[in-house]
Amino acid sequence: MAEIEQGGGKKKTSTKVDMTPMVDLGFLLITFFMLTTTMSKPKTMEINMPAKIDKKVKTVPVKESYTLTLLLDKDNTVYWYRGMLGVDKPLSDLTKTNFSKTGIRKTLLELKKEIGGKVNSKTGKNEWNIVVIIKPTKRAKYRNMVDILDEMNICDIQKYAIVDVTLADDTYLVNYLEKSK
Amino acid sequence: MPKVKLPRKSVSLDMTAMCDVAFLLLSFFMLTTTFKPEEPITVDTPSSVSEIPMPEKDNVLISIGKNGEIFYGLDGPESRVRVLERVAKKYRIPLTKQQKEQFSILSAHGVPIAQLPSFLDMAVADRAKAKKTGIPCDTNVVKNEFRDWIIATIGEGRKLHYIIKGDGASSYETVKWVIATMQESNINRFNLITSLERKENQ
Repeated sequence: MAEIEQGGGKKKTSTKVDMTPMVDLGFLLITFFMLTTTMSKPKTMEINMPAKIDKKVKTVPVKESYTLTLLLDKDNTVYWYRGMLGVDKPLSDLTKTNFSKTGIRKTLLELKKEIGGKVNSKTGKNEWNIVVIIKPTKRAKYRNMVDILDEMNICDIQKYAIVDVTLADDTYLVNYLEKSK
Repeated sequence: MPKVKLPRKSVSLDMTAMCDVAFLLLSFFMLTTTFKPEEPITVDTPSSVSEIPMPEKDNVLISIGKNGEIFYGLDGPESRVRVLERVAKKYRIPLTKQQKEQFSILSAHGVPIAQLPSFLDMAVADRAKAKKTGIPCDTNVVKNEFRDWIIATIGEGRKLHYIIKGDGASSYETVKWVIATMQESNINRFNLITSLERKENQ
């Protein structure tokens, strides 16, 4: 009986497959996903606005000397004064500054130290007495508001509020600008 | 001198290991990737040192453009349709099933409600060209459509994160109106999206 030669005459095919095109394809897809992916999640800044005024809630009066008012104006300028605009003059004159490191941050850090605070015995953190009142004018940009909130974070100021500009503030600012001309 | 015979080496490499690595990386990127939602406008967010990540889900995204255009976006296609139905009911605007379906795949929108049906009928490619006016939001005007969107959103009942993505160059007044409108509905907690800034030494 004649034996059937298996694979006789034919070349033995290698089991090895050329992987090069597969690697090419793999890296092509990697490149695609790497470019389209958004690895870093957007960062946010949390802001809590005061709830509607409830008459039952007790408010604690703050010493006038503890307050610092910031008026945010156009072209990234900030004006600040200490104390309150009332019948009398505020505790300090209006001072013009900006959002740079040597601008409002320096002022905030200096005043924070000057006004002082105490260390919370429970948490061991500093509790500063300074109360910052942020008043963005109509000329201010949204960026200015974020910048100033950021400064509050950097300078570790816990007590601050965003308040609407009053007419008194506006006239005070206008008078100052006219005088300085 | 006798010649030193060097064994001939094959030029073809074994690609299997490389292939493994490539596909490992590929599967990693495929699993971690989340595609950027389509944005109606480009918003250049201001920078801050804050490092709180954006909540993953249940977000209400309010985008504010450079010129104060307001855009509203909500997570979840079913929620979007329910909110739309509530707003449309208030303004007595009939919507077809197809229009609602179109709305459910829209990540954000910013057209006055009266123009919404025609906007939804547009082909997706044409929408980008359409004029972007934003949702009317003005505390002085009786018809504050943005307020209605917010009220309809609250009607969803679940806890939502209100995220404001404002352009740094937009006026503070617009942001103030947006926040004031939401405060009317007793929403007092907001997340402001900011791009990360390197923390400088104090």
